[in-house]
Amino acid sequence: MTSTDLVPFMMRRPGVPFPPPEYEGFRTKPGLTKAALPSGETVWLVTRHEEVRAVLTDPRISSNPTHEGFPRPSRTVGAPSADDVPGWFVSLDPPDHNRFRKALIPEFTVRRIRALRPAVEQIVDHAIDQMLAKGNTAELVEDFSLTVPSLVISALLGVPKVDRDFFEEKTKVLVTLTSTDEQRDKASEHLLRYINRLITIKSKRPGDDLISKLLQGGLLTPQELSGVSMLLLIAGHETTANNISLGVVTLLQQKQWIDDDRMIEELLRYHSVADLVALRVAIEDVEIGGQLVRAGEGIVPLVAGANHDPDMFERPDEFDPSRSATGHVAFGYGVHQCLGQNLVRLEMDVAYRGLFRRIPTLEVAVPLEELRFKYDGVLFGLHALPVRW
Amino acid sequence: MARISVDTGKCIGSAQCVLAAPDVFDQDDDGFVTVLDASPSGDAESTARTARGICPAQAITVHD
Ligand code: HEM
Ligand code: SF4
Repeated sequence: MTSTDLVPFMMRRPGVPFPPPEYEGFRTKPGLTKAALPSGETVWLVTRHEEVRAVLTDPRISSNPTHEGFPRPSRTVGAPSADDVPGWFVSLDPPDHNRFRKALIPEFTVRRIRALRPAVEQIVDHAIDQMLAKGNTAELVEDFSLTVPSLVISALLGVPKVDRDFFEEKTKVLVTLTSTDEQRDKASEHLLRYINRLITIKSKRPGDDLISKLLQGGLLTPQELSGVSMLLLIAGHETTANNISLGVVTLLQQKQWIDDDRMIEELLRYHSVADLVALRVAIEDVEIGGQLVRAGEGIVPLVAGANHDPDMFERPDEFDPSRSATGHVAFGYGVHQCLGQNLVRLEMDVAYRGLFRRIPTLEVAVPLEELRFKYDGVLFGLHALPVRW
Repeated sequence: MARISVDTGKCIGSAQCVLAAPDVFDQDDDGFVTVLDASPSGDAESTARTARGICPAQAITVHD
């Protein structure tokens, strides 16, 4: 194959919900699509639901970025390996991955997450109080969508209330697209140092939080625990914020679904914010969808592609909570499927209930065409969402 | 009626089954799947099949 046959990657999304229009073309032709990353590296793009699931469950396909050929779409996705950051288990394959998952899932069971509801409600209520106190307009991304997941994760990790401002401020630098590399490195250094200090404190005086419990569980070393904490912090932040903001826009356009619980699964499917998150590399030759992928070739299973595959979801580009959206891969699939997914469902539920009940006249303050979407970002979302009431 | 079995060695504790079929599956304190009703029928059976289809670890088997 010559380089002129390659499609350049990444594609822009045209608007609110839709995956890049190119995906449909990729999906309807046999085999996979070979694409060139900005770095010149080539990767295989996977856009059909069945094949995305096949890639994410195949033991011959690895999540470990230290393997030759692992895709690196940009600096921010240049995934760290567990060699660089001990505890960064999203980059580990089974069996190394198993120990981390096993240590963490007791903290993320349906029961555990349900028990967090009052705490999440308090955080959401407080954020809304502050918005209301400022007047009748707000910038929802900054004032709400980023604030809520940041405070939720710091509560979960057991960050003391007095440090929440520091914690929130640093995390914001880390997840804001306009931060410079230098600002980001500095924030991440500060956070890591802070988390290490927190681990030391909690090993002496344990509390009723995730870090204390994991320390007592003894399955992870303190060093791994600091990597795990950073991963939880980063993985759950911008993803959740983007989902909340996009959901507000979509629900305000179709208000009849606001009180329907099924809208959450459909919002996750419809927006598929983490389209480019699950990067992989083949470590043995493997055939996917009739395409031979050789060991050492990068693979990008496109979550938004799979979630808008008409063979899986009829009229995929319509927002329709009455369909059964279960089976979407917005949280990935296979052993790395999002650890935080049930927390996300809770956060979305509490966030929308809070916003639409307490601010029934909430509306987007600018015409939709003027909204600044993260068209070229790794995660799809909104840079800002001006609202009024 | 169908018979349900699970492979707890494969389970990654995603709780998809608990959400899709709460009458059939639960999670133990360690987060792994447990079967509440190994021979579901009617609605429970169909929700169990949904759970089988969405389990990310393919840890659920429905024996017809
Ligand atoms: C709407 C919000 C979110 C979306 C769309 C999302 C999406 C994803 C996806 C697609 C993966 C799979 C990555 C892969 O296969 O390589 C993943 C993994 C992960 N997510 Fe999320 N996520 C969200 C929120 C969260 C939250 C709130 C947390 C933490 C509290 C979290 C923690 C994680 C962790 C730890 C992993 C790695 C799991 C593993 O490797 O076993 N995520 N997420
Ligand atoms: S859906 Fe599968 S992986 Fe998730 S808890 Fe149930 S059996 Fe385990």
